[in-house]
Amino acid sequence: MLRFTDEHEWLKLDGEIATVGITQHATEQLGDLVFVELPKVGAALIKGAAAAVVESVKAASEVYAPLDGEVTEVNDAVAASPETVNADPQGSGWLYRMRLKDPAAMETLMDEAAYAAFTQ
Amino acid sequence: MSAQPVEPVALRNTPLHDLHLRLGARMVPFAGYAMPLQYPAGQLKEHLHTRQAAGLFDVSHMGQVVLSGPDPDRIARALESLIPADLAGLKAGRQRYGLLTDESGGILDDLMVARFDDRLVVVVNAANKRADAARLRERLPAEIAVEERPDALIALQGPAAEAALAALAPEVAAMRFLDVRTVTLLGAPGFVARSGYTGEDGFEISVPAEAAEAVAEALLAKAGVMPVGLGARDTLRLEAGLCLHGADIDPTTSPAEADLGFAIPKVRRRGGARAGGFPGEARILQELEAGTARRRVGLRPEGRAPVRAGAPLLAEDGTPLGTVTSGSFGPSLGAPVAMGYVAALHAQAGTRLLAEVRGQHLPLVVTPLPFRPATFKRD
Repeated sequence: MLRFTDEHEWLKLDGEIATVGITQHATEQLGDLVFVELPKVGAALIKGAAAAVVESVKAASEVYAPLDGEVTEVNDAVAASPETVNADPQGSGWLYRMRLKDPAAMETLMDEAAYAAFTQ
Repeated sequence: MSAQPVEPVALRNTPLHDLHLRLGARMVPFAGYAMPLQYPAGQLKEHLHTRQAAGLFDVSHMGQVVLSGPDPDRIARALESLIPADLAGLKAGRQRYGLLTDESGGILDDLMVARFDDRLVVVVNAANKRADAARLRERLPAEIAVEERPDALIALQGPAAEAALAALAPEVAAMRFLDVRTVTLLGAPGFVARSGYTGEDGFEISVPAEAAEAVAEALLAKAGVMPVGLGARDTLRLEAGLCLHGADIDPTTSPAEADLGFAIPKVRRRGGARAGGFPGEARILQELEAGTARRRVGLRPEGRAPVRAGAPLLAEDGTPLGTVTSGSFGPSLGAPVAMGYVAALHAQAGTRLLAEVRGQHLPLVVTPLPFRPATFKRD
């Protein structure tokens, strides 16, 4: 299941683990990323609180936790090579994985069609 | 991801506006103008390309103020009453950096003064141009006409700039760093200065608004020339250690604090033939001799995280020392770079400091400016 937030994050659910990243639209708005700060594995995330930081040449932007949960894995490759996020934001440019406190909360987020309409 | 605020301000367009849109630029408000932040290539590529080949920048938002009327010697002498530079010694065909100072010794603007056979042309920052022109009108003798020109200004910067511009005006190849000369470009009268704001060899090209698009397109058609936006312009100038007025310098900073003493030559200092005689002279000249409590320095963060303007600077023991005034990622260095003000005792190159970023203390090192040596054509 693939869902999107109005803060331009995507989540892909596999069991109770969601992979999280920023959308193609977000990377286009931000421009070339030069720094990514990821949460720590084990960190408790609260929906709407800062979970990661992405910085372009121009500015730093916080990436908010899309739902409540706990970080299970982070993508160290994007911390080493932030340009990966620009190149493949919804694939190899994922940021972290989290165990959702309530997987059913995915249904409160936008599906792909709704997000496409949202960014029009 | 935070939403971008939308500014409901009526923006002015430069003469190259339609060209920017055709080139796919992302336009942003800057100093009252709609300006290209970046083109589809993106800020990193635009920055690196400028250092490797050539970047074309629309800087038409900047002010071009023509001073004319009496003999240019008299204009230059009069201008020395507002700018502590050696302007009387500026020869026709040459350009010089200068500071417009206020009565308290602060920096109202930084600017370039060019001397031609019959006039002087002052190029000033966009955000200050109205105030600068008003100050010149108010303070200079009435016999000097002060005219803000609506002409376009195009910067062409980088190692491929000379060949590209010489294809339109062969005489520019003979110019050296800080030379200026009048030229005809595609039939339009203009002037060219061999200078810029990137640390690269290159030119700033002034042409009438109606000729700007044709000149820009002719230059973009030359080998190695790519359009470059304000985003890359900022990282290029930061790597070159150049100040941005409104960020690194402003009316609350003095020339000595800003480490811009080079702009005030011996002839205007105590004991010089034309010492003083400019706003703020008591403080400015005293500080150039005795030093200041704080100083602008270059800073290199040790980690990968950029340290941005506004970040507090601390000593390793936590004592507050100052603030970052410019900071970003330096694409040519592959690392973050910054400038800021610190207490003079901690301004020595090699001093380790801390910057507060999102609640963390990140280490950085005071580093001589520029971060990257300039490649001007000096001889």
